[in-house]
Amino acid sequence: MTHGSQRERTIGVEGISRVEGEGSLRVSVRDGTVTNVALEIFEPPRYFEAMLVGRHFSEAPDITARICGICPVAYQMSACAAMEDACGVVVDERVTALRRLLYCGEWIQSHALHVYLLHAPDFLGCADAVELAERDRPAIERGLALKRTGNLLMETVGGRAIHPVNVRVGGFYRAPDRDVIAALGEPLRHARDAALATVRWVGGFDFPDVVGDYRYVALRHPEHYAIERGRPTSADGSDFDVAHFADLVVEEHVERSTALHARLGGRHYLTGPLARYAINGDVLPSIARQAARDVGLATRVDNPFQSIVVRAVELVAACDEALSLVEAYEPPDPPATEVAPRAGIGTGATEAPRGLLFHQYEIDERGTILRARIVPPTSQNQLTIEDDLRRVAQAGLDLDDHDLQWRCEQAVRNHDPCISCAAHFLDLEVVRS
Amino acid sequence: MTPDTRDSRPTLAVWKFASCDGCQLSLLDCEDELLALAGAVRIAHFTEMSRTSLPGPYDISLVEGSITTPDDALRIQEVRASSRHLVTIGACATAGGVQGLRNFAASGEYAGLVYAHPEYLRTLDTSTPISAHVKVDFELHGCPIDRGQLLEVLTAFLAGRRPVVPGHSVCQECKSRGTVCLVVRDATSCLGPVTRSGCGALCPSLGRGCFGCFGPSDSANTASLSRQLAEHGASDLELARLFRTFNANAPEFLHQSVALGAASPGRDRTTSESGAGS
Repeated sequence: MTHGSQRERTIGVEGISRVEGEGSLRVSVRDGTVTNVALEIFEPPRYFEAMLVGRHFSEAPDITARICGICPVAYQMSACAAMEDACGVVVDERVTALRRLLYCGEWIQSHALHVYLLHAPDFLGCADAVELAERDRPAIERGLALKRTGNLLMETVGGRAIHPVNVRVGGFYRAPDRDVIAALGEPLRHARDAALATVRWVGGFDFPDVVGDYRYVALRHPEHYAIERGRPTSADGSDFDVAHFADLVVEEHVERSTALHARLGGRHYLTGPLARYAINGDVLPSIARQAARDVGLATRVDNPFQSIVVRAVELVAACDEALSLVEAYEPPDPPATEVAPRAGIGTGATEAPRGLLFHQYEIDERGTILRARIVPPTSQNQLTIEDDLRRVAQAGLDLDDHDLQWRCEQAVRNHDPCISCAAHFLDLEVVRS
Repeated sequence: MTPDTRDSRPTLAVWKFASCDGCQLSLLDCEDELLALAGAVRIAHFTEMSRTSLPGPYDISLVEGSITTPDDALRIQEVRASSRHLVTIGACATAGGVQGLRNFAASGEYAGLVYAHPEYLRTLDTSTPISAHVKVDFELHGCPIDRGQLLEVLTAFLAGRRPVVPGHSVCQECKSRGTVCLVVRDATSCLGPVTRSGCGALCPSLGRGCFGCFGPSDSANTASLSRQLAEHGASDLELARLFRTFNANAPEFLHQSVALGAASPGRDRTTSESGAGS
């Protein structure tokens, strides 16, 4: 399509709108072969990149948090990273550690929500977690307790769980006291046990026999499982600087979606738990690696239905990492580095629970935002999700329409699109001729 | 949740329009009460949570999000027609939300900035609250809403009484938790005096000025606050930005940002800071 020339024409602020919510799905089959699959996303566009133009650079974390109620911290962290990059500021390591702790809270909250309330019911033939609770109440209670601990972490560090208020460019408004952070140790130890139990639970599910052909991309950090920072890296080992992301990732606006379709080097790719696990498995905390081995998980997983197990392994990692951060906590003093605006361009990328989240801003010398570009995980994953659907539908053609529809919905939920109600709302139409 | 005609529990439906999903997530964030709630009511339609969708009518509908497309303007009519009580939750549903900043832009301008092919889109030029389209029985404010207040509203409607949700300002919450006033202490710009309570005065407790997540309080005197903050050195642009975020189109905040004379801070790149304190 003509996105290249269009981008030039639109003052370079071409970006995307948010994608949570409503989608539909069409699968066409002819002579026993899936001939066409289209995931349509018609969530109303909200024009965040346009709304940001003219705002003060310090407002970006709070405004972009409103893109997603499930992963606001991811938006705040990528926005802060990009603004600090633009202004040439490197924050204190203690600020970075506290950000990582806050981010662990979001991972725990979001992964527990997805594993227990949104995804597991598919594997057990339940319409929802309430029905599942009628069958296995302790399991759902364990998931809710995990989720509560994630929220507790976000409330303690960020002020509140949805759209935290304590985050600012440069750091935090106030650093929590030592004893307040220390009190998180006890619930986190319980949460880590619950996460280990989660791995065992989901590791025993039945998985449809499907293998994807994935090109994985995730941030990588040499010392730890990348969350709040890292370098974009492919599973083949090639990597590039975050600053080049906007040049390398090309987004296309197609008629069936208000999410733009992203490609890297002309090909679609996948971000998120499967990619992170394949690329960064070697730096997972040992307890998480052991949990994966115990349920027979290979070091690279290409069955998308097993993403629920990988997500559970990441729950263990996030709980364990949060515990280490709690034990080593030193309040940053001051809680934030003063960031003076300067004219320039800044980029930032972090790992949202569902995948890589990129922000880029151009600001002027007064800190006014001139341009914004945001590339969320769902936009990057959308073409791969369609690819998955083709494969899953082809492998499941012997299922009746009801079961095939459910299987396809489940295949979308494998990737925890932001948010999963997009998948819950699927209106599957199977055309058999 | 197999449909059961003998089930006499009241039915609950949750609807999403243009939004971030954070307010309906507040319901799932009631970890301690969720299973009890699901026992007390029949969750008949809640896309974020369940594959099951039972037909209406519904006893209570919670509506998240604002109206931004022609299709949604029709859909909200259907939701209203099938709901005994309709409660809007959050700044998008009660005031148009952050996407209401488009109301200050020229027609079609935003779509062209974000999308290569605006002609593929079917959207309205404005983002409007649910109350601009249908009768609303109760509005719960906040960006996001407070889950304690959400439980109070659900409990009240189930018990057939009016919800007890105070309309006083964040200032009062600061006083009750003993937080020193930031405006007085260090001239921080703070919307606390004109913003509805509900968050527990979170920001001031962290040393940050309130930025208006819950929208205008009852009898908010935004003009007086603006004068006070200007005396402390806040510029018109800074104040206009404060009033123009998640509740930018709530009448009291809208009137004040217009009175401050700023073109939309979301659009005007030439607005100068030179008018500071004037």
